[in-house]
Amino acid sequence: MYDFDYAKPQSLQEAQDLVGEDKKLLAGGQTYLPTLRQRLAMPEMLIDLNAIDVLKGICEADARVSIGAMTRHAEVAASALVQKMVPGLATLAGGIGDPAVRHRGTLGGSLANNDPSACYPAAALALNATIHTSKRSLEANDFFQGLFTTALDEDEIISHVTFPAAPCAYMKFKQPASGFALAGVFVCRLEGSFRLAVTGAGQDGVFRWSQAEDALNADASFRDFKALELEPDMIEDMHADADYRRNLVQVATQRVVQALAQL
Amino acid sequence: MQITVTVNGQPHSVDVAPNRLLVDLLREDLKLTGTHLGCDTSQCGACMVLLNGDAVKSCTLLAVQLDGASVTTIEGLADGETLSPVQEAFRDAHGLQCGFCTPGMVISITDLLAKNPHPSEDEIRHWLEGNICRCTGYQNIVKAAQLAATKQAASA
Ligand SMILES: Cc1cc2nc3c(=O)[nH]c(=O)nc-3n(C[C@H](O)[C@H](O)[C@H](O)COP(=O)(O)OP(=O)(O)OC[C@H]3O[C@@H](n4cnc5c(N)ncnc54)[C@H](O)[C@@H]3O)c2cc1C
Ligand code: FES
Ligand code: FES
Repeated sequence: MYDFDYAKPQSLQEAQDLVGEDKKLLAGGQTYLPTLRQRLAMPEMLIDLNAIDVLKGICEADARVSIGAMTRHAEVAASALVQKMVPGLATLAGGIGDPAVRHRGTLGGSLANNDPSACYPAAALALNATIHTSKRSLEANDFFQGLFTTALDEDEIISHVTFPAAPCAYMKFKQPASGFALAGVFVCRLEGSFRLAVTGAGQDGVFRWSQAEDALNADASFRDFKALELEPDMIEDMHADADYRRNLVQVATQRVVQALAQL
Repeated sequence: MQITVTVNGQPHSVDVAPNRLLVDLLREDLKLTGTHLGCDTSQCGACMVLLNGDAVKSCTLLAVQLDGASVTTIEGLADGETLSPVQEAFRDAHGLQCGFCTPGMVISITDLLAKNPHPSEDEIRHWLEGNICRCTGYQNIVKAAQLAATKQAASA
């Protein structure tokens, strides 16, 4: 690792005053510290968000669940409130990586990173979560902007995220070594309509599969997802080629839609 | 930077560079070499320690982050010459071969049994997804976890 300065602000304002071009935020460190170890980044300063209490915790607000950016995956998975109001989100958080990753990794870090194989972006997009930052509120519809890219400014800090209560489910085929999604599908019924987001598969990161949504909205018992067009270019890597990934998306969709029907 | 961290019940006041990893603080500064460093990608779990009770990867934490925290390493589990129930179960069930993964495995299972004293085989296998073993094929590691659970139940 290159050398850097370290700050541990006690308030969001203090963090906001520090963050900038070469002064980067550190949340759970489960993505950023391996990146630094591999010398893929060279920040001047790390701003550790771990001491800022307002960024932590889960509560209910206006039929939505509000989750602080620094809430760990393990806490989301174990939350009775999340299990009741947004069940698929609890399943998703409980399946991220392994227990040690879930003890440190955070919701805010995962969304800010927007890894094309990460799980949370699928839930946020399908549910059109609201991402509250130190500057404004963003809809998930406008937040994800391609591979490792989001609408966040360089000096913008996610404070919390609200998710609507909705019947929902998530399933992924895992890359066995890490647990990241080779194909992951999150489906929900929001105000009567199906919304379905796919992660792990698209070359531009998480996307909504509109053909599958349309088919389900026309007929909730629709299951022949292999017959539908899947437009985005698929990721191709040592774990899976494009055709195989497309097939995984279709199978995951079949299973997760069935799971939602049985909730 | 000056930090105070409690390791295996003992407070240590140390001066660390911001880019020092917890695993290096433990192994090189405190000479606690039971915690192993196995990969560069946060995937193998050989470096696991308990941080305020939760299993975490010490290669994926900065030492400076630990100011005021309490860490338990593999060296902190036994009570003098008396092995912890999980350590004893690894010996009795032949849960190790080369032993490289063992400190992480023992820490991880210690955490599991503290949270879920009667895990099913499936729960044990899922819990160990972050601990890679290149020798045993995991069978006897799972058996060791089951044996430790039984022993803990009997002594409780
Ligand atoms: C072995 C392993 C397996 C994993 N498996 C999975 C998996 O199955 N599914 C999955 O989804 N993920 C997986 N992950 C990734 C994990 O979920 C990370 O925790 C997550 O992607 C990043 O969160 P973090 O809190 O660790 O963020 P960090 O690594 O600390 O930060 C990541 C990035 O986000 C920025 N950032 C952090 N917090 C904020 C904030 N509040 N506002 C603005 N920017 C911020 C940081 O500056 C940095 O650029 C895995 C990781 C590992 C090591
Ligand atoms: S050395 Fe920490 S996970 Fe491999
Ligand atoms: S016993 Fe050799 S790696 Fe597990």
